[in-house]
Amino acid sequence: MATIHIDNKAYDVKAGKNLLEACLSLGLDLPYFCYHPAMGSIGACRQCAVKVYRDENDTKGKLFMSCMEQVRDGMRVSIADMEAKEFRAHIIGWLMTNHPHDCAVCDEGGSCHLQDMTVMTGHNYRQYRFDKRTYVNQYLGPFLNHEMNRCIQCYRCVRYYKDYAGGKDLDVFAAHNHLYFGRAEEGVLESEFSGNLAEVCPTGVFTDKTLKQHYTRKWDLTMAPSICHHCSLGCNTIAGERYGTIRSITNRYNGEVNGYFLCDRGRFGYEFVNSAGRVRKPLVRSQLPEATDKHTALEAAASAIKAGRVIGIGSPRASLESNYVLKKLVGEDNFHHGVADLEHDLVELAMGILRDGSARTPSLREVEKADAVFILGEDLTNTAPMLALAVRQSVRQEPLLEQVSKANIPVWQDAAARGLVQQDKGPLFIAHYTPSKLDELATHTHFDSPDDIARLGFAVANLIHPDSPEVREISDQEQALAQQIADALMKANNPLIISGTSSGSERVLKAAANIAQALAAKEKSAGISLVMPECNSLGLAMLGGHKLESAFDAVLNDYADTVIILENDLYRRANTVALTRFFEKCEHVIVLDHLHNATTEQADILLPAGTFSEADGTLVNNEGRAQRFYQVHATSDELQESWRWLTELGTIMKEEEISNWVGFDDVQKAMAHEVPALQGINRVSPPSDFRIAGQRIPREPHRFSGRTSMHAGFNVSEPKPPVDPDSPLSYTMEGYRGQPPSAAIPFFWAPGWNSVQSTAKYQQEVGGHLKGGDPGLRLLEPTGTAPFSVAVPQRFIPLEGHLYMLPLHHTFGSEELSNQAAGIMQRIPEPYVAINAADAVQLKLSDGQLLSFSIEGQVYQLPAKISQTIPSGTAGMPNGLPGVPFAELPAWAILNRDIKWKQQPQTTF
Amino acid sequence: MFSLLRSMWLTFLHAFHKRETILYPEEKPFLPTRWRGRIVLTRDPDGGERCVACNLCAVACPVDCIALQATEDETGRRYPDFFRINFSRCIFCGYCEDACPTYAIQLIPDFEMGEYNRQNLVYEKKDLLINSEGKYPGYNYYKVAGMAIGGKGKGEAENESPPVDIKSLIP
Repeated sequence: MATIHIDNKAYDVKAGKNLLEACLSLGLDLPYFCYHPAMGSIGACRQCAVKVYRDENDTKGKLFMSCMEQVRDGMRVSIADMEAKEFRAHIIGWLMTNHPHDCAVCDEGGSCHLQDMTVMTGHNYRQYRFDKRTYVNQYLGPFLNHEMNRCIQCYRCVRYYKDYAGGKDLDVFAAHNHLYFGRAEEGVLESEFSGNLAEVCPTGVFTDKTLKQHYTRKWDLTMAPSICHHCSLGCNTIAGERYGTIRSITNRYNGEVNGYFLCDRGRFGYEFVNSAGRVRKPLVRSQLPEATDKHTALEAAASAIKAGRVIGIGSPRASLESNYVLKKLVGEDNFHHGVADLEHDLVELAMGILRDGSARTPSLREVEKADAVFILGEDLTNTAPMLALAVRQSVRQEPLLEQVSKANIPVWQDAAARGLVQQDKGPLFIAHYTPSKLDELATHTHFDSPDDIARLGFAVANLIHPDSPEVREISDQEQALAQQIADALMKANNPLIISGTSSGSERVLKAAANIAQALAAKEKSAGISLVMPECNSLGLAMLGGHKLESAFDAVLNDYADTVIILENDLYRRANTVALTRFFEKCEHVIVLDHLHNATTEQADILLPAGTFSEADGTLVNNEGRAQRFYQVHATSDELQESWRWLTELGTIMKEEEISNWVGFDDVQKAMAHEVPALQGINRVSPPSDFRIAGQRIPREPHRFSGRTSMHAGFNVSEPKPPVDPDSPLSYTMEGYRGQPPSAAIPFFWAPGWNSVQSTAKYQQEVGGHLKGGDPGLRLLEPTGTAPFSVAVPQRFIPLEGHLYMLPLHHTFGSEELSNQAAGIMQRIPEPYVAINAADAVQLKLSDGQLLSFSIEGQVYQLPAKISQTIPSGTAGMPNGLPGVPFAELPAWAILNRDIKWKQQPQTTF
Repeated sequence: MFSLLRSMWLTFLHAFHKRETILYPEEKPFLPTRWRGRIVLTRDPDGGERCVACNLCAVACPVDCIALQATEDETGRRYPDFFRINFSRCIFCGYCEDACPTYAIQLIPDFEMGEYNRQNLVYEKKDLLINSEGKYPGYNYYKVAGMAIGGKGKGEAENESPPVDIKSLIP
């Protein structure tokens, strides 16, 4: 702690911080541009000048850039000093000399840091009389819009894109007053984290292109706290709506989870909500769509359930509540997980490792602090992008601790710290079968088949702790690598093991668990982070249920004849042959989903389920953190949460317990009471009767416009505003104007701070935890009861005439819902099969030629892509890509060399 | 007593003053051009829509009676997809005109908007958009703003130098 005097008032601040951080943490308004809490300071913009005095007798003082000045005890500072104020006003005057006169057509307007700072410094008339500099813009892909004229040269974009996120294709060009921030040539930005540029840029150079297509100012959005549904990390987001459609997703700061950033899948995947393929009306196959309404559909479903023997199929992308109500409705014995059986087993295993193991699973923030990382069988950039970004920060940890603290440079001195560290990186080891974007940071990347990766993992565990089983017949080279990894992990203070379900191998998971356990047994504060397949996979596993296979068996063996499928496209979970037989045998198929897909085609009764923005619910992320997402806008009666459909069904059928549930709180309470693993889950968010000063928390900013006119096109008499029965948030602008509890922040705003930079006002200290603690409730803490796994696999042996097909994942393309978003669709790769270069020569295949093979009767014909890294005897197939039928991977693929037919060149006349 | 008589005299004199009352509607009253009446959307000197759908009028409106949605043509020129004013709520305060950065929205001296049906007081863009520059002739926002639109590239606006050649090192 240090005491500093700001404008003759004493404050206690944290020592070691810079003056700007200290001032912002105290809630004082001090303008700045180039500083960013996640990236430190470089003192480029000169905007945050303050007066610093030598002692109390010094009346003259000196101007200092507060972001470059470390807090010292007894320091005397003035923000309000006239000279400092004038200096800041001049700086912004200069920054604005070339700023174009286009706020009216700029997407940043209304949430613009430059606007806020200009108002804050009091600069209002342009004094520069000469011509303005202009630039030609670039096309940067489907996600971002480029408008270089607006640039104020703060360098935040390149510092974020290159230094923080490791991007290669955005840079600064030219010199002096011609600086240009863009790509060397026009083209799609390659980084999976490019969307953050829209928030990092203090003005409108980079703006959200998907928002531009249905542009709405920040003040006009109805916003609610949400959770990203597009991977298992559960990043916190803010979803904004206007006129009934979702307009944008922005980051919602959570100090433990996503911090300031989101990946592009999470930021731009929302467009599926507005897709034309949405199910918006209940449908009953035997009735005309016009004649079907909510009640007829519910009656039809209820009578189908009453008449038949019913089973339920849950979903890892539906909320806990929806899955729980389905489980209640069909009974525990009849509830099945709608995931492939292998995935079911893997998630169960992963949950067991996190629950019974002895290593703790870290949050994303803790991942950033790890000083040695070993990744087994996981391509993080594609399966859990934000975890890859966190690992990217963690490799800086060791040099920062070692060199920077020795050189007595504060870590926030970004340029100095990076200059000192240069290319030095902490230990990061990756063992996988396909290259990933993290390879460039890795100390060593080892490419091998999953079984051999597991063997390497077991070898490392054995070297760390002899109780872990020994690996026989291991090559010297592998043994040396294992030794290197074991040494690095043992040397570290916070070693971290990352693995996951995406390579489809139990052995890899077990090997990862053994290493973590071995480290823990050596009294290391080791962490283990496991990537799950989907946003609520872990929650579904905690809820418990049977396998999908047994659901098929139940129907095929006449145990059941009616099935309720919850938010699940089974054609992405099981193979077509099995599903055709299953659906043929089912008498009634009741489906609840957002989008029309192959499964909804089979439905006899189709009920439209609300997406993340039209529903309340809870998800459990890969860390075991339960997080609540809120409904963003009221919908028609015919489009509602799955759990509400199912409770209404239960009520019609006079199920005793279900009939008593009125709203979200009742469902959640019953679930917390009944499922031991989910105990206390009702504490994740404030209850629906929570009020501050007797008021709800408004979803709309106080400047929300057009409410007496929005609906006037239909009817000039304004309807009564909808009331939210499930949460303490209101659908209007009325309500409590102060800061809501951290779990229910619908948007960040503070007087004078309209941009996302207002987040600072909600944090305990800048870049730290939110006031009142970061939201989310960890449900898993390791008990340390599990023994070492002894299942060391044999070396992988290729099979003649076969290829061991491994799953490959893509940030854009492997996830079901985001695939329906227009922006993401443009980035989805073409289907392919990755094949080892040597194998390709043997098979006489060249790049792009069709390879034909079959997996469990399903025939595939995909163009080959030669890979140098995928092990011989294996091949890689993209997982979940549109146009690639489902196969439970990994699996042996039989090569159909005979039925491959040559493509004839077409003759044109 | 005197003041009483004086007041009566002054009142009597008024009988010979010029009449303020006019025979409306046969005779129209004089309204100054700055009179705040019916709201219109104007066009720029080239005949293009002036409104760029910036939402400032809507946010300035104290009764929230303006709703609009922005959209863009293929050249990047922004305009309102729909623009709706609910005149049954409007209080003719003129804040929207004050807020408008492009002189698009203007209040004109016309108050004859009586309707029997309240729904008819909801004006859409087709009812609002007029074929004139209104009170502020000559102003063209896109001639000043740095955005490139159809027919006007980068650096072609007023007080703009041509686009920077980023490969040049000359200061």
